[in-house]
Amino acid sequence: MTAIQASPVRSRSVSMYRRRKLTDRLMTGAMIVAVILAVIPLFLILFYIVKEGLPGLNWALLTEEPNRPGRPGGGAHNSIVGSAIMVGLALAIGVPVAVGCGVFLSEYGQNRAGTVIRFLIEVMAGIPSITAGLFIYGLVVVRQGHFSGLAGSLALAILLIPIVARITEEMLLLVPRSLREASYALGAPRWRTVLRIVLPTALPGIITGIMLGLSRIAGEAAPLLFTALGNQFLTTDITTPMDSIPRRIYIYATGPYDYWHEQAWALSLILVGVILAISLTVRALFGSRVTVRQ
Amino acid sequence: MAVTTSDRPNRAAGSMKNRLKPGDWTFTVLTSLTALVVVVVIAGMFFELTHDSWPAIKANGIAFLWHTNWDPAREAFGIGSFIVGTLITSVFALIFATLVAVLVALFLVEIAPRFVSRPVSYVVELLAAIPSVVYGLWGIFVMGVFIRDHLGHFIVSYLGWLPFMNGTPLITGLFSACLILTIMILPTVMAVSRDVIAAVPGSQREGIAALGATRWEMIRIAVLPYARSGIMGAAILGLARAVGETLAVTLVIGNSVTLPSNIFAPAYTMASVIANQFPESAGLHQAALIEVALVLLAITFLINALARLLVWKVTGGQRVTVQE
Repeated sequence: MTAIQASPVRSRSVSMYRRRKLTDRLMTGAMIVAVILAVIPLFLILFYIVKEGLPGLNWALLTEEPNRPGRPGGGAHNSIVGSAIMVGLALAIGVPVAVGCGVFLSEYGQNRAGTVIRFLIEVMAGIPSITAGLFIYGLVVVRQGHFSGLAGSLALAILLIPIVARITEEMLLLVPRSLREASYALGAPRWRTVLRIVLPTALPGIITGIMLGLSRIAGEAAPLLFTALGNQFLTTDITTPMDSIPRRIYIYATGPYDYWHEQAWALSLILVGVILAISLTVRALFGSRVTVRQ
Repeated sequence: MAVTTSDRPNRAAGSMKNRLKPGDWTFTVLTSLTALVVVVVIAGMFFELTHDSWPAIKANGIAFLWHTNWDPAREAFGIGSFIVGTLITSVFALIFATLVAVLVALFLVEIAPRFVSRPVSYVVELLAAIPSVVYGLWGIFVMGVFIRDHLGHFIVSYLGWLPFMNGTPLITGLFSACLILTIMILPTVMAVSRDVIAAVPGSQREGIAALGATRWEMIRIAVLPYARSGIMGAAILGLARAVGETLAVTLVIGNSVTLPSNIFAPAYTMASVIANQFPESAGLHQAALIEVALVLLAITFLINALARLLVWKVTGGQRVTVQE
């Protein structure tokens, strides 16, 4: 009697369990599909950059100036040199400010002012790169009356500062207290402790941050369009307009000539190769990415 | 070098300025100045863009924001259609990128063993390292062609009965921009969601698992509600990136000042109209473009602020770093 009454209940709970199990399986499947969908674009992009880029990669690309439009051949060494100079200068301008900012936040930032600065840095990291370009256009280019590599570097530095500043802060906070205390116990003032003990200890992490910032700004073209403009010829003078790799890719991608497209792919291969090499080196040297701080 | 003052290193240095040594004082001032640079740059940006666009602000008035007529030759400037273009592309990207990114993040945190989650996580983050302009190049020559020849027809034949979905798929157009933005913001949303989900305490999961929940039930009941506002923050961070993304979109959106009539039509976003028209602009036209940048800056500023507050709320004192 009891068995007859119990059985429908039992079979219902069994079917319920099956349904729950099925939902679980379905959702697990959905997650795996999502992973595949997320990974496919990267492989496709890398595949095409290599496939389309390799044929155009040659010595002339690295050592010659661009030909007149429509005449195949020539290179883009003006863009490569321009990119190197402007990124280097942006690092020289941005890194001291960013590291100083990071030190400020970790040393004196446990208060309201620190929270405000930290918040502004986060927000600054999200500013569209093109508005940074227009800001420098109004501030420097219009006032000076001409485009220049220096203006381009300033625009890039604006994009660099928030990235490096927040990683610096996190790295400084990871330095064990005992190290500072040992330094204080020896009578060292705070500034010497920071410069001689804390910063050197956190140096690998800070370098990671700088490399990440570098790989970010090396690929930026939008802030350079209205600041460094571009240049058909090789120049190392930062007061004149300067070319850059991302900008040349942009120009060539929209152009009508097949050899332009080929060179755009080849330049993309160089650019992405450098950026991925930096990213892989940083990871191999300093371990996995910077995540959540304690 | 004998310790004569009662320097207590763990106290805030600012409150005891009168007792600071000159070296410490200089150091405090120098680092504070660098922090001030950040404030000055952000304030300066708003000031400079407002200043430079002042003629346009005066000439166009508030209707600038919703008029859809953009005709530099007649000095008619309304950015309504650019706002629509920005809205469609970034909301499309937001929805699809978040959907995929959250599932990937859940997979990485809750299911995958370490030897799977680390490489997958890394591969997705590499997507964030590829420059915008390279996405644009790939978008024109690979993705755009695929949309024109295959995906576009597929969408038209299955979803063409819906309003706005019927059109002629081309290499460039609104849909190409939507798709490229989805790919581009995926890593941002994924990285932040993953950190937020990883920050959910293990005891939450153990508690529900002990009651006999399946893994998905554990995720649905214990993990997602806890991480919800953080995931929203992650999504909004992605939205801010999508709104400000410039060159990739400029290359694939087709560039047209008219209001798009369907999902495959050419259009403009706010960022792409600046990139495309600024070089040959002058006078009021240029001021109007700077005004577009000012609107863009204000919008991304607000979106980012909102996103940060949401992410901070979940991770508490901890801060999540996005690798971009």
